[in-house]
Amino acid sequence: MNLRNLTIDAARSAVAEGKISATALAESYFAKIESDDPKIGAYLMLSKERALTKAAEVDAQVKKGEKLAPLAGVPVGIKDVLVTKGVRTTAGSKILANYIPPYDCTAVARLESAGAVVLGKLNCDEFAMGSSNENSAYKPVHNPRDLSRVPGGSSGGSAAAVAADMAVTTLGSDTGGSIRQPASFCGVIGLKPTYGRVSRYGLIAFASSLDNIGPFAKTAKDAAIMLRTIAGRDPMDSTSAEVPVPDYVVEIEKPVKGMKIGVAKEYFGEGLEPETRAAIEAAIQKLAKLGCEIVDVSLPHTKYAIPAYYLVATAEASSNLARFDGVRYGHRANSVRSLSDMYRRSRDEGFGPEVKRRIMLGTYALSAGYYDAYYLKAQRVRTLLTNDFIEAFKKVDAIVGPTCPTPAFKLGEKVDDPLAMYLADIYTVTANLAGIPGISIPVGNSKENLPIGMQIFGKHFDEATILRLAHAYEQAA
Amino acid sequence: MKVTEKDVSYVADLANLELTEQERTRMVRDLNSILGHVDSLSELDTKNVAPMAQVSDRFGLDDSKQGSERFAYASRDDVHEGLRKSLPHDVALANAPDSDGTFFKVPKVIEK
Repeated sequence: MNLRNLTIDAARSAVAEGKISATALAESYFAKIESDDPKIGAYLMLSKERALTKAAEVDAQVKKGEKLAPLAGVPVGIKDVLVTKGVRTTAGSKILANYIPPYDCTAVARLESAGAVVLGKLNCDEFAMGSSNENSAYKPVHNPRDLSRVPGGSSGGSAAAVAADMAVTTLGSDTGGSIRQPASFCGVIGLKPTYGRVSRYGLIAFASSLDNIGPFAKTAKDAAIMLRTIAGRDPMDSTSAEVPVPDYVVEIEKPVKGMKIGVAKEYFGEGLEPETRAAIEAAIQKLAKLGCEIVDVSLPHTKYAIPAYYLVATAEASSNLARFDGVRYGHRANSVRSLSDMYRRSRDEGFGPEVKRRIMLGTYALSAGYYDAYYLKAQRVRTLLTNDFIEAFKKVDAIVGPTCPTPAFKLGEKVDDPLAMYLADIYTVTANLAGIPGISIPVGNSKENLPIGMQIFGKHFDEATILRLAHAYEQAA
Repeated sequence: MKVTEKDVSYVADLANLELTEQERTRMVRDLNSILGHVDSLSELDTKNVAPMAQVSDRFGLDDSKQGSERFAYASRDDVHEGLRKSLPHDVALANAPDSDGTFFKVPKVIEK
């Protein structure tokens, strides 16, 4: 079976109609991974036994003529920050090198209940901290479009696996752009849902008020199917919202004519590469041709988003990562002198440089004497950034702009300059601070044939609108 | 320079990190570079702006309800029976670097 651009519906139909068994489909993905992944590095771990057990279940259902679930037999990959019962989960960190979770992440469990076949765990920046996937403690991921370039981060493996047809669709996590930015760099769709839309139960926490789980896909419809499957209230996550989940697959077919689309000048300022700007402007024209009304809006505090984000995110991270102490799970240093020596040396040996940097920055921002000036100040600016969106959304249904200022950069290019790496997240961190949904869709290529992504922001809990726009754009393109 | 070697030692201590000499030098450089950028926040007058720790209390809730009632969906009845079972002992200890089958084992806590 040709795996190139295989969608959820195509894969499911092939299985349902007996053109291929779910087992054979999973096997062909494993074969593809074995042949292509050594040069890309998207997978950290394959879960063959679990995949083939699920596939056999689906095959038995097909044989009996039972009604198949929406993802029956569809091979998926899971970012390694989502815990999987019995399947090693590392979060891209040495500190969890041998961690075998005793439970499943809700989003993964929901995918499997819908028939999905989990192929394995995908590479990412350590604890989802990074914008290039170079912070993985295991290996970097190479961008399938150009192996000398990064796939983006932190969900680099999830984006690369979809782009290279090593999974039909995947799950990632997005704390400051970690789904949208790699989707943009790899030329696929990446959706960060509204905060609270998808349960975070089983997501290894980075920054709890900013973390989201969301899908990577080849089409807007696939993203809609994935979101419909994983969204909704979960008693295991008290922050998962009790807001009804619409049928996004139906929603995306509705017309976009007459929709008001905001364009914020703050997203087209200094630092935006001309080629990227031109591609986004052309895409906006395409939306106008589809009957959308293009409206100027302002998000005046955008330039303060990066500093506010990196204070809030690291403060929360320093607290969340305190749990890694070598007592209950994870790495423990050998021949320690005392309990406190054990904590320190286990953490020193287990964490990589970027994770230590963020723990240090966050601890500093929360420490006595600096709390008001840094952490509290950042929280106040977060309010201003959120209010920017609330005001803008009084005038428009969605806001569009570039996902990233440039296409994928070279491996090693920014690795020694953490600030330069952080600044590349300028257009994505705002959605996490405000809690709104955002989607990145491919809208063109640079002269060097690197993908360019356009980002569409929606109102809180209005993923339906941004998916609808993504679908309409895709159909017209 | 906002952050000195001494600050780095103090913060590393709070964060339960040891850090090598080389890491400390690098950390002084990186934290100063990042905090230099962060200083732009002081341009904003935020005296009358409320801090925002999370988004859940502002969005996606039933606006007709007040206070904790708005989060009533997130709690369950106070019952003794029918709760989800805790992890069995052996499962909870399975990832422990050291245990005696009942407890997690750690080095001596109280030093003479």
